[in-house]
Amino acid sequence: MTPVHRIPAGAKLLILAVAGTGLVAVDGWSWMAVALIMTLALYAVARQPRDRVMAQLRPLLWLLVPLFLAQGYMSSWPLAALTVLRITTLVLLAGLVTLTTRSEAMIEAIEKGLRPLARFGVDPAKVALAFSLALRFIPVIARQSADIRDAQRARGLGNNPLALALPLILRTLKMASDVADAIEARSCEDDGPEAAHSPASQHTSSRSRPSCIELDLPPKTSFTSPCSPR
Amino acid sequence: MHRTRLTTKDIVYVALFAALTAALALFPPITLPMLGGVPISAQSMGPMLAGAILGARRGALSMLLVVALVAIGLPILSGGRGGLGVFMGPTAGFLFGWVLAAFVVGYLHERFWQGLNVVQSMLFTVAGGIVALYALGIPWAALNTGMSLTQMAVGSAVFIPGDLVKAGLTAIIAVTVKRAYPLIHPAH
Repeated sequence: MTPVHRIPAGAKLLILAVAGTGLVAVDGWSWMAVALIMTLALYAVARQPRDRVMAQLRPLLWLLVPLFLAQGYMSSWPLAALTVLRITTLVLLAGLVTLTTRSEAMIEAIEKGLRPLARFGVDPAKVALAFSLALRFIPVIARQSADIRDAQRARGLGNNPLALALPLILRTLKMASDVADAIEARSCEDDGPEAAHSPASQHTSSRSRPSCIELDLPPKTSFTSPCSPR
Repeated sequence: MHRTRLTTKDIVYVALFAALTAALALFPPITLPMLGGVPISAQSMGPMLAGAILGARRGALSMLLVVALVAIGLPILSGGRGGLGVFMGPTAGFLFGWVLAAFVVGYLHERFWQGLNVVQSMLFTVAGGIVALYALGIPWAALNTGMSLTQMAVGSAVFIPGDLVKAGLTAIIAVTVKRAYPLIHPAH
């Protein structure tokens, strides 16, 4: 645990917001270079290996290089340097927050941040449910699409995007509906019109809510493709 | 729009389309020679599909969830991008634009739900998934990089043919799903 790791997620996000606003106000490329060096120093303090820095920037190279050349030719080289250095610094600084903060801490910070919105109808428990479901669905969808792709390739439909997308969407919609039924059957959240009128069910729903988050998806056998070669 | 509580089913669909958008990044980008060799990533079909299948509110919420998943550091954007760095980069406007895109696509689909056909659905998808998206993404990128709006618009134009293909696919999917599994219930 380095000092950078130890800063609470919410504080890190706040510092990032302030630093981001401050960096936009810097208008000399040499000062921006100083900011970049300070950011790199923070990477060293957080004991991040050097290739992590490059990994953050590599996806942006296709944009930064042409941007530098275009702006240098059309406006001026100091301005081109300022722009590219600013984007690099901001991306690296934000990347450092991500690298040194666990996803759970981030979700917690987001939930905390949403709490004042509760009076406008934002339910932090539902937000947490949406997060955990999405995280659970990503590998399920990836596996299903691989299954469907194999099956369609066997039928000679390997290059038809609709032959993949349509069954994938219909099948995952069915899965989503089953998952929703399963959650409701566990009565961790009642939304039916009858539940809204019954104080008893509202009482139980608030008590058993945490169980929603530990939800398991139904066994995968019920959703694998009937035409899957496996 | 009527204000009702989100049911558990709504939340699950919102999470599903957020996950679907994330999973779309796993498909390798296709390059069509007739479109000038620009790589087309499947991912920007996510907001189009979310709007056309879930409608304005749930569609926009699912894209908001994608934004939040990127913010907490998941590398779910095409090319393995993710984390807060994305929000500081020039393409952040397009990411936020997904929320707007899904809302516009969804609103138009809800509004003209009865008797929806593929041509209409494609027009609505273009309106939200291309026009509204670029209307936010291009000025944002211009501000972020200091380039002029025109330069950015010209630079972004190479992606439009691919986006039109995706809008067409979305329309076919949306109309098929409407027949098999309708999820939008228009207000009467």
